[in-house]
Amino acid sequence: MPDSLTLPIALEVEGLTHRFGTRKVLDSVGFCIRPGDFTVLLGQNGAGKTTLFALITRLYHAHQGRIVVFGQPFRADASAALARMGVVFQQPTLDLDLTVQQNLEYHAALHGMAGAVAAPRIRDELARVGLAERARDRVRLLSGGQKRRVELARALLHDPALLLLDEPTAGLDMESRGFLLEHVRRLCREQGLAVLWATHLIDEADDDARVVVLHKGRVLASGPVPDILAQAGAATLKDAFEHLTHAKN
Amino acid sequence: MLKTEIRSLTFASYARCMGGIVRREGLRWVHQRGRFISALVRPLVWLAIFAAGFRFVLGVSIIPPYETYIPYEVYIAPGLIAMIELFNGMQSSLSMVYDREMGSMKTLMVSPFPRWFLLLSKLLAGVAVAVVQSYIFLGIAWFWDIEPPIIGYFAVLPALIVSGLMLGALGLVMSSFIRQLENFAGVMNFVIFPMFFASSALYPLWRVKESSLTLWWVCQLNPFTSATELIRFALYGRVDWGSAAIVVGCTAVFMALAVVGYDPGRGLMARKAGPE
Repeated sequence: MPDSLTLPIALEVEGLTHRFGTRKVLDSVGFCIRPGDFTVLLGQNGAGKTTLFALITRLYHAHQGRIVVFGQPFRADASAALARMGVVFQQPTLDLDLTVQQNLEYHAALHGMAGAVAAPRIRDELARVGLAERARDRVRLLSGGQKRRVELARALLHDPALLLLDEPTAGLDMESRGFLLEHVRRLCREQGLAVLWATHLIDEADDDARVVVLHKGRVLASGPVPDILAQAGAATLKDAFEHLTHAKN
Repeated sequence: MLKTEIRSLTFASYARCMGGIVRREGLRWVHQRGRFISALVRPLVWLAIFAAGFRFVLGVSIIPPYETYIPYEVYIAPGLIAMIELFNGMQSSLSMVYDREMGSMKTLMVSPFPRWFLLLSKLLAGVAVAVVQSYIFLGIAWFWDIEPPIIGYFAVLPALIVSGLMLGALGLVMSSFIRQLENFAGVMNFVIFPMFFASSALYPLWRVKESSLTLWWVCQLNPFTSATELIRFALYGRVDWGSAAIVVGCTAVFMALAVVGYDPGRGLMARKAGPE
């Protein structure tokens, strides 16, 4: 694998500011993610994580600042950026009345994939999340954890280079959480996938992760876990997070 | 393996995207049995009960495109087809509000295709469903002696498509302005019923003019009247150019408003978005 430092940055967010009315929800947010990075966007509920995701995925425009995906400013070519991006939203977004296969075929069509290309990709991605046998089942019949796995398979269907996941483990049991986390970490290691994983669960960031601490719309710290610990003078990430966020309250 | 390649959007990929959106709408229509059945039963109830009750109250003189006296059922059939399209347009915008509440709108909006194209595809998907429903209705209406000439069954197709686009686009505009389903129910009452009753769907406008000139003007200006007349004339192999121009013009205006409504920069999505 080439050195990831020589490759274009997968996602670069710079000076991003956004308001709802007069309320500032993001204030000069900046960080970057390289291919192969597993970056945890850590913040409590209301920190601005979902707003940040909405801006990165073009659901709405940022008032100020810029987003660059693989060297291309988002505003200049949103289409190219979105084509390289896979997204798992916080809210479930599968069509409950359709089968797993039909949901994935719909997603493949939304990315312009031909049926002959999509069919093996669907088979492979479902097999990788252990749901190959459930392809013909209606989504309504799946458990919460299984639905999340389908959403992950769907986000990876068009072979993105950047994967965004907004609180993907919310409401899942320990086993499903572990499965998702391990699956995504493996994709970073083996395929050089760049990942932004938003969560409020500190234990989802292990020692080799990079962390962006977002609090009340501002980035308080950003970098590999050991750097964050050193910056906060703490022994654990939990202590570091509490130290950083309490200092700003 | 590191991924840096890019997939370009070709004409074929645009076609696949649109095909996928239309297919999903069709599957949802078939799977939601309540919606499927009520869409067929609603106009038939009007035809079987309302028209039977009113056929002796509302006499219809000879007016174009008809060349002879016609039973009341024959008069209201085009209006009922337009009603199918109106309900369908509103239904598909309702499903967009639902999709937005349920989050599935987001999956559509993060597609790499331009937003106007995604909205147009969504609109065409709704129209495709409405056209199928209309033909099923025409098939059943044949048993009520509503038998337009064979050419009418073909000529009505473009009229159905353009009327469906106009009403669907109107639904899109409304869905971009409405945040919650609860609000939508109220708007349905303020849009569907006034549009339907203040039109030529149930009675010829010369009758309205006899009772109120103001109401006649309202009916004339109502684009639903134009949609109804476009379908009525097309069913008899004729083109009502005035109605066609109004329907096409309204479609363009409603579509432009919908694109603005769903634009991430200027539109209502951004303003309405609340905190997480």
